[in-house]
Amino acid sequence: MKRILPVLALAFAIGTGLPVFAVLHHDEFPVPPPPLSEGIYPCGNCHAGMEVNTKRRELTDEHQNIKLRHAENVRWCLDCHNPGNRDKLRLVNGNLISFGESYLLCGQCHGNIYRDWKAGIHGKRTGYFNGKKTYLLCVHCHNPHDPKFKPIKPEPPPYRPEDKRNAR
Amino acid sequence: MPDNRPTRRNFLKTLSAGTLGGLVFAATGCKREVLDEFLQKHFREMTDEEKKQVIRRLEKSYREKYGLDFKVGTTEAVPNTLWGYGLDLSRCIGCRRCMHACVQENNNSRAKPQLQWIRVLRLKKGNLINLEQSEHYYNPETVPEPGFIYMPVQCQQCENPPCVKVCPVQATWKEPDGIITVDYNWCIGCRYCIAACPYKGRVFNWAEPTISREEWNTDVHYLGNRPRMKNVVEKCTFCVQRARIGRYPACVEACPTGSRKFGNLLDPSSEIRYIIENKRVFRLKEDFNTEPKFYYFFSI
Repeated sequence: MKRILPVLALAFAIGTGLPVFAVLHHDEFPVPPPPLSEGIYPCGNCHAGMEVNTKRRELTDEHQNIKLRHAENVRWCLDCHNPGNRDKLRLVNGNLISFGESYLLCGQCHGNIYRDWKAGIHGKRTGYFNGKKTYLLCVHCHNPHDPKFKPIKPEPPPYRPEDKRNAR
Repeated sequence: MPDNRPTRRNFLKTLSAGTLGGLVFAATGCKREVLDEFLQKHFREMTDEEKKQVIRRLEKSYREKYGLDFKVGTTEAVPNTLWGYGLDLSRCIGCRRCMHACVQENNNSRAKPQLQWIRVLRLKKGNLINLEQSEHYYNPETVPEPGFIYMPVQCQQCENPPCVKVCPVQATWKEPDGIITVDYNWCIGCRYCIAACPYKGRVFNWAEPTISREEWNTDVHYLGNRPRMKNVVEKCTFCVQRARIGRYPACVEACPTGSRKFGNLLDPSSEIRYIIENKRVFRLKEDFNTEPKFYYFFSI
């Protein structure tokens, strides 16, 4: 019975549609370290002695640079950041995950995109498509606090045929 | 009154004298390499030993010409592969990073003439089928611009390639892994293939390519990005030098939005197969029966 218990639990989890994070091995998605701002991690260094304030407010002492533009009307810091151990992120089901696994957090709401990302369709892969490749975390391209892509400057257009730089 | 008009007799005299002189020059005076190059076989008819000789000669001539040590590969197609490409039109922002990465990777002439294998078309939103209203010289401050979508076009690696059919000397052909390649040494520069291609996928070296010394990519393939000469046609090869060793093409790695996908169409677990099975895909000018292996898709 002991042996089949995990299997049963797994079957139950899949059956109920719960995201089965336990079976997803971290090694399965080799990602570079998350792009944390320099000198900010571990968060616990500052937060350890601080009282947890769950009240929604304008931040004035620290993190003023963070402007939340990500469903900001219904979301606040501690929806994703874990109030207890600040070096972890917290999923809706209460599981704590490291910053390197943040795709699990994003996938809670963005299920379709998470599915595509796992298949290599959403986001960029580099390296060897048949072998060692590098995945990117959602946060390597999207600022988690302001995820919409900003317009960028395009590379220069081709020379027109009549352009002097194109003439023989 | 003296008649200075060219006569048939004079013409034939000059011609035969020239031919004879040329032959003598070739047999005695000129460099061995020039003769070897002149008598080089078609790439597909070469034995492995002959290929090695050609590679040695090419590497030597590149060293003399450019002062760089090129590594010219002849990696053959991997068995059971058929390369396919996916491009996400709902994510492409038209930034042309792919175009410039391609130029660097594939040693395209930078100016006089400037040659690119990728052309990023800008189309009005909702006007995707009107390619004749597209524009590829757009140059705004930032992209994407509201009201437009962007559609990069390059060689579609057709399964039924019109360019191959029209080549009078069979200098271009479809490799077993589905890539259409050109033997630049065999190409006579007639440009029939350029006329035949409905995607503008081929470009022509009107002059000797201009690339500065530090810009050369020395990791090259005979059928792909090796230095080209004047008067040959060239085209996208899905980065044959990378694809055949399992690397993503340069444009895939350069895309900042991850719109470009690449993989083996024969591998059911590949990214490209996932796209074909799960996304809305279309192929450009499908009605021409060219059977492109380049799938445009919409992820949202």
